[in-house]
Amino acid sequence: MEDIKRNEAYNRYIKEKIPKTKAWPSLFNSFWVGGLICVLGQGINDVILLIFPYLSQQSAWACTLIILIFIASFLTGVGVYDQIGKFAGGGSIVPITGFSNSITSPSVEFKSEGIIYGICVKMFTIAGPVIVFGVVSSMLVGFIYWIIGLFI
Amino acid sequence: MIKEKEQTIILKKQPRIIGSYSIVGPKEGKGNFGRYFDYVMKDDCFGEDTFEKAERKMLESAITGVIEKAKLSTKDINLMIAGDLLNQIISSSYAARMYPFPFLGVYGACSTMAESIAVASVLIDGGYFDNIVCCTGSHFSTAERQYRFPLELGNQRPPTSQWTITGAGSCVLSLKGEGPRVTMVTFGKVIDWGVSDVNNMGAAMAPAVRDTLLRHFAATKTKPDDYDLILTGDLGKLGSEILIDLMDDEGVTLGANYGDCGQMYFKRQQKTLCGGSGAGCCATVFNSYIMQKLREKQYKKILFLPTGALLSTTSTQQGDTIPSVCHAIVIEA
Repeated sequence: MEDIKRNEAYNRYIKEKIPKTKAWPSLFNSFWVGGLICVLGQGINDVILLIFPYLSQQSAWACTLIILIFIASFLTGVGVYDQIGKFAGGGSIVPITGFSNSITSPSVEFKSEGIIYGICVKMFTIAGPVIVFGVVSSMLVGFIYWIIGLFI
Repeated sequence: MIKEKEQTIILKKQPRIIGSYSIVGPKEGKGNFGRYFDYVMKDDCFGEDTFEKAERKMLESAITGVIEKAKLSTKDINLMIAGDLLNQIISSSYAARMYPFPFLGVYGACSTMAESIAVASVLIDGGYFDNIVCCTGSHFSTAERQYRFPLELGNQRPPTSQWTITGAGSCVLSLKGEGPRVTMVTFGKVIDWGVSDVNNMGAAMAPAVRDTLLRHFAATKTKPDDYDLILTGDLGKLGSEILIDLMDDEGVTLGANYGDCGQMYFKRQQKTLCGGSGAGCCATVFNSYIMQKLREKQYKKILFLPTGALLSTTSTQQGDTIPSVCHAIVIEA
């Protein structure tokens, strides 16, 4: 009983002692880097439509995503993306480039364990939960959409 | 051997540390202790194709290097005591297969250096062995991969996190020869004060140091001022501040003679947040800078007490708290 009290008191003390992350500077960095990635995406999209004017908007978007994913993967491979991530935090995690980084980085890391047990098994260790939640939430949204459709 | 109090052993024959060797990675070589290390690697891979093999090779070169520095040959060594951070301590055991002497694997996480020296000096003091090699090391990339995220993942490190040292340290203990003496050993209990944040190891480990330190002072009837240096392993910046507070609550003041290897390891511009950590952290500092100062008699009596956080990724994922251990050794010039 005494131990529990001591541990609680100790954890409270540590909580006060921990240096706090300065919220505003990191938010600012996330904001402008994240924004820059989005601007880059829009730019790529516009250039694609300029070069291939008969392409549908949907296909142009797909091409843009592929290019962004490739750029992020490439930057991960050459060891630049983690530097951007250290600086920008959420700004470079939330866009699709962050997703690409989360799949490429374990693939690069676990290359030494072979193609199947290394790359293939570990590829989704970080992105896996994101995919699961993505699928589950889209199912939920679809279900709600269907129910609403029954009444309207 | 006089058993003074339950955990402390006062050594009668006082084995000497007749040789020490340290090898570190390039980032560590640029740190505060850079010029004291025996060998600084040019890159983290050390000419191997995986980081695990690089870590193993580091341990091998530390063992070979220290035997050479102690002016002995492999035939003179009776036992090797080693450990590291990887699962099933593979770096140590794989390194041990290179040598013709028996191997005793120990695991004390980042306290392995003190644990192996403590065990070795007790064995030598008991008269069972003549020369024992102690070795431990860690590698940033293998530890990150085992405990945290892939290296290239663009995530941010929390401000309390520490940087695992790439490096290995080793020493030879013997009754013959010249060198600082191990005079007292205090084996630590496993302490858990309910900290579960893996990014705040310093806070998890500080209570273990407090416990061992208090027991050591009580058993040996010494106080902080009796030592030229009280050196903890890898509590880091935050952890050592916590320790000072904890000791203050007990009425023991840790002053200018207190230091932490992890906190002192890197220069500020190297951006390692709370400092260095890992088994190689205190092992490389102890076997380079500290041993040199002891041989030069600048330090006459030091208390070396590294800590180890005894967690695994499984216990962390299951939400368990972090138990820690701290072993203390007293070394006199």
